[in-house]
Formats: sequence, C-alpha cells, structure tokens
Amino acid sequence: MMLTAESVTRIKNAATMYPVAKSAVLPALTIAYRQIGHLNEDIYEEIGEVLGVAAGEVAEAASFYTMFPKQPVGKYLIQVCHNISCSLLGAESLISYLEQKLGVQVGETTPDNLFTVVRVECLGSCSTAPMMQINHDYYENLTRKKVDRILEQLATEAGTGGQA
Amino acid sequence: MSFYSPVRTNAAEVTASSRLHLFKYVEDPDQPKIETYETRGGYRAWRKALTSMTPDQVTAEVKTSGLRGRGGAGFPAGMKWGFIPKGTTKPRYLVCNADESEPGTCKDRVLMERDPHSVIEGMAIASYAIGCHLMFIYIRGEFGYSTDVMRTAMAEAYRKGHLGKNIYGTGYDLEMIVHTGGGAYICGEETSLLNSLEGKRGNARIKPPFPAISGLYDCPTIINNVETLATVPHVINRGGEWYKSLGTEKSTGTKIFSLSGHVNQPGNYELVLGHNLKDLIYSPQYGGGILGGKKLKGVIPGGSSTPFLTPDMIDIPLDYESLVAAGSMLGSGAVIVFHEETCIVWVIANLIRFYRHESCGKCTPCRDGTSWLEQIINSIERGTGRPGDVEKIESICENILGRTVCPLGDAAVMPIISAVKLWRDEWQHHIEHGKCLVSTKFNLAEGN
Repeated sequence: MMLTAESVTRIKNAATMYPVAKSAVLPALTIAYRQIGHLNEDIYEEIGEVLGVAAGEVAEAASFYTMFPKQPVGKYLIQVCHNISCSLLGAESLISYLEQKLGVQVGETTPDNLFTVVRVECLGSCSTAPMMQINHDYYENLTRKKVDRILEQLATEAGTGGQA
Repeated sequence: MSFYSPVRTNAAEVTASSRLHLFKYVEDPDQPKIETYETRGGYRAWRKALTSMTPDQVTAEVKTSGLRGRGGAGFPAGMKWGFIPKGTTKPRYLVCNADESEPGTCKDRVLMERDPHSVIEGMAIASYAIGCHLMFIYIRGEFGYSTDVMRTAMAEAYRKGHLGKNIYGTGYDLEMIVHTGGGAYICGEETSLLNSLEGKRGNARIKPPFPAISGLYDCPTIINNVETLATVPHVINRGGEWYKSLGTEKSTGTKIFSLSGHVNQPGNYELVLGHNLKDLIYSPQYGGGILGGKKLKGVIPGGSSTPFLTPDMIDIPLDYESLVAAGSMLGSGAVIVFHEETCIVWVIANLIRFYRHESCGKCTPCRDGTSWLEQIINSIERGTGRPGDVEKIESICENILGRTVCPLGDAAVMPIISAVKLWRDEWQHHIEHGKCLVSTKFNLAEGN
C-alpha cells in the first residue's frame, strides 16, 4: 500500500460527498499526489479499490490530467509558466536561469533529488508575470534576485545549507 | 498580513465609485472573513432572494440586468438559467466554473482569494433560481490557495446558516462542494468540465443536448463563470434596472480586465463596460503605458484565443459589440499587450504550442491540425520556413475553424488567422530571410 490510512480516509470522505462516487476520482488523485508526490499504476489500483471504480477508469482519467507527475520528481517541483504573458516578461530567460543555477535541463532533477524543473501551461498569474509554481505555492513577479532567494530558502529548508 | 498574490487592482477607484462594485473590498485582507463580509452587507442579497422572491423573480431580475457570461462567451446569464426545463423531476445542479486557464486571464483567482463569499453568495442565489440543492465550484487544480480560501469560506457559510439545511427557516436546503481539477484548459469548456466533474477525461461532449437539459449526471445543469456569479448579489441588492444602467445598451454592467504583457502596470482592473481600451493601456491609473517607453505593436484584447488589434485599432470601447466590430472579441477580458520589439511569429509559436498541448484529442481537425500548425510555425520561427508556408497555415486554420465539437479548435486558429492577415509582410520576411524583422529577447529582470 502506498496510500496512508489518512489518505484512504480522506478519499472515502470525498467519495461520500458526491452523488456518484466516480466524481471523487480527481479529488482522490489529488490526495494521492499530495501525499506521494507523483502517481503510477499501483496508486490507480488502490484508488480504484477505495472508490469502487475500475483501476483502468482511474488510470484513463489520470492520464488526461497533466498536473500530476507520472514518475518521481524532486522534493521541489519547479513548474515555470512559459505562456505568452510570462514569456513577454522573460519566462524563457527565467527557465535558462534556473537551468544554469541548478545545473539541470528542463525535465531533469538535481542529483540530490531536491529540484525538478519543468515547463507548464498558463497558471493564471498573467498580471504578475513571470511566475513559477513550486509544489503547491505560486511565486510571482519574479526577478533574478527573487529566484536566488527562493532557491536558497528552499535548500536551507531541505537542510543542505543553501547550496542550490 | 499580506496578500498571497501581489496583483495590482483598482480597488481604491472602485470604492469611490457608485458604479463599480466587484473590487470594492479586494485590497482589504479581512474581506474573506465572514464577519467582515456580513458587516458590509454580505449575504443580504441571498436572504432577500430566498425569503422575499420566487425563483422566477430572481431569474427575471438577472434577465433585466442584461448580465452576460464573463468567462468568454458573453451569453446572457438570466436567459441561460431560463433554459432549465420547467417541471423537471430530476435534480438540478449549478456549477461555478473556476477553471481559469486561458492565457492572459487571471481575474477569477482574485475574486476567490480576496472576496470568496461574494462567489458563494452568487452561487447560492443562482442555485435558488434554478431549483438546485447541490452546487459545485470547479477550481483548477493549480489554484491551491484559492481552493483553501474557498473551502474556509464555505465552512463559515455553513456555520452561519447561509448554506445547509433549512436556510433562514425557509425550508430550502443547499449543499456545496469545492472540487479541484487536474490542469487542463479544456475543462473550462462547460461540457468537458462536466465530464471532468464526473471523474472522467475532460473531453468535450457534443451539443445538443445542452447542459441545461442534460448536464452533470445527465441532469439539468447550469455552468456560470466566477465573475458572473459574483456579480449576481449586486444585481439582487440594487436591482436589474440599476445594473442595466451601467455600461452600454447591449454590454451592461462592469467587467474585470486582466492587463498583462508589456505595460508598466499590469493588473486586474474593474471597468464599466464601454471603457476605452487605449485608456486602459495608457492611463496612469491602469496600465501606465508601454514598458520602457517603447512603441506598441499589438494587443490581444480578450484572452489568447481572440484576434489581434494593431495600435490604430485600440481607440475603441471595451464592450462585446465594439470588439466584434473591430474583428476581435471581448472574451474573458484578458488584455495582452506587446511592444515593437516582439516578433509576431514568436508570439504565434508561443500561442499554438499552448493550444496543441491543450487539445483534448477528440476531434481530428483540432488534434492533428494544431500539431501541424505548431510544426510549420516552429519551422518558420527557427528560420527554416519555406515559400508557401503562410498559405498552408491559412488553409489548415480554415479547415479547423467551425469543424470541432468544442470551441478549442476555433480558439487556436483565430489569433493565427488574424496575425497572418495583420502582419503578412513580417511572416514573409521571416521565411525569406530565415529570421525575425525584430529581435525578440526578453530577459528576466535583475530585481532587488
């Protein structure tokens, strides 16, 4: 079992709210993703069992939604918006800066498993561009200095003494 | 306490205005608290509707107001509510569409984060109008903070008796579910949203039947945008006639505009419909002019799916009809501005990548067409475009337009068609010389 007892309870509770239990598939995927950090076939099986929905149906839905990583990612998943409003204010330069600072390419994870950098579609933060989402939080109106501080803070939080 | 999102608003102007209303309290960190909201007259409209009006009277008031859907389509909200079949024995559902994800659009997030009860109150009134006892808000999954704020507000609304059983002693029951999505632009399209809410892939459904007849769980369902619903309490409190007196004859009321891109002061600004677009971009109160004092090159006036305007076209009123007359659309009110050092091919390459990624894959013209368009446009952008590419792009666009189940296909090609038309020389130059007329390089600011 990858899901904790607490996650299972939360998924069951979510299912009881809806007139049809299958509606809880996305909430369940969200709960699982927040606990584990990514999704895979084993998790779909577990969710399917809890909800009484075929694992294939859970997998079918999950494969559609790009918000959930389908393989393990670093402790901090850095998602950079590269859409028009952010790009007009330097999103591509932001991505290059992150790649250079962290020594990885988009899609890769740092060797210490701390940071994964990915590109994502519009996150609805266009008037505070450029922006990135790290795990569940938004970081907006980004500048180089701001990115430096954010990465430093996260590395410190992770206990590596600000080496990022 | 500071705000989660630092986005700029014109709340001060709204507070001093007798016409603007949505953004009145969005700079007050206490506004999300129910006590604050109630003190300022919150939930008064819900109480009024439920205790002194019939559902038909509520719908009639909204029809009178002329309020049109603020998600992009601009369909009259009251008329939409009226499509629920009379005398249906099936449960009826209301879904608030908070899957805000069209590039440039970031207004609903502000309402949810900074005035969540206005959204709940509007949802409750709309629910009553259509006879719904279980309402949903579908929030895009990435909006974690908005979701938290909405959940907290919902719990408070239950605690204070604005939601739940026997509301205000009327015998009316109303439950609410905050539902989160999984990162899919297409789920902002109402039938895709319904599939997603049912736990399925977010593929669009063929219409008819329209959701008002057969929507969520095959039951009559009304889907309205966050801003539309947040407007409803004001309509009930001050009357449809009052709302109708704002704006223009066919575009009544006010609208939030998300201003982004190359302006000095990007932000979310509530304006009376009919406000001048040029003023929004240049006024020191709003956009404050073009970044770096550069010359304006183009504007996308209503979100990334709407056709472009050139500088000679922007001295127009921001209302549904004027934008259509100018060859574009008001859409979601997301005004994206770019200056002279922006290559149009680069802009389109950015937009088509988004639509190719977000195509749900159901309809061949959209699934394959967006992919082909991306390849050809990228090839031009890289400097390997070939003679005839522009014509090929136009032909593919024409074959997508109007040939898909949902509007995503149209959304993908409308800006391309307009960009090719307005800046044809630039496309040809790009193909002939293998590079941009202008060098497009936007650096991340150094900051402090």
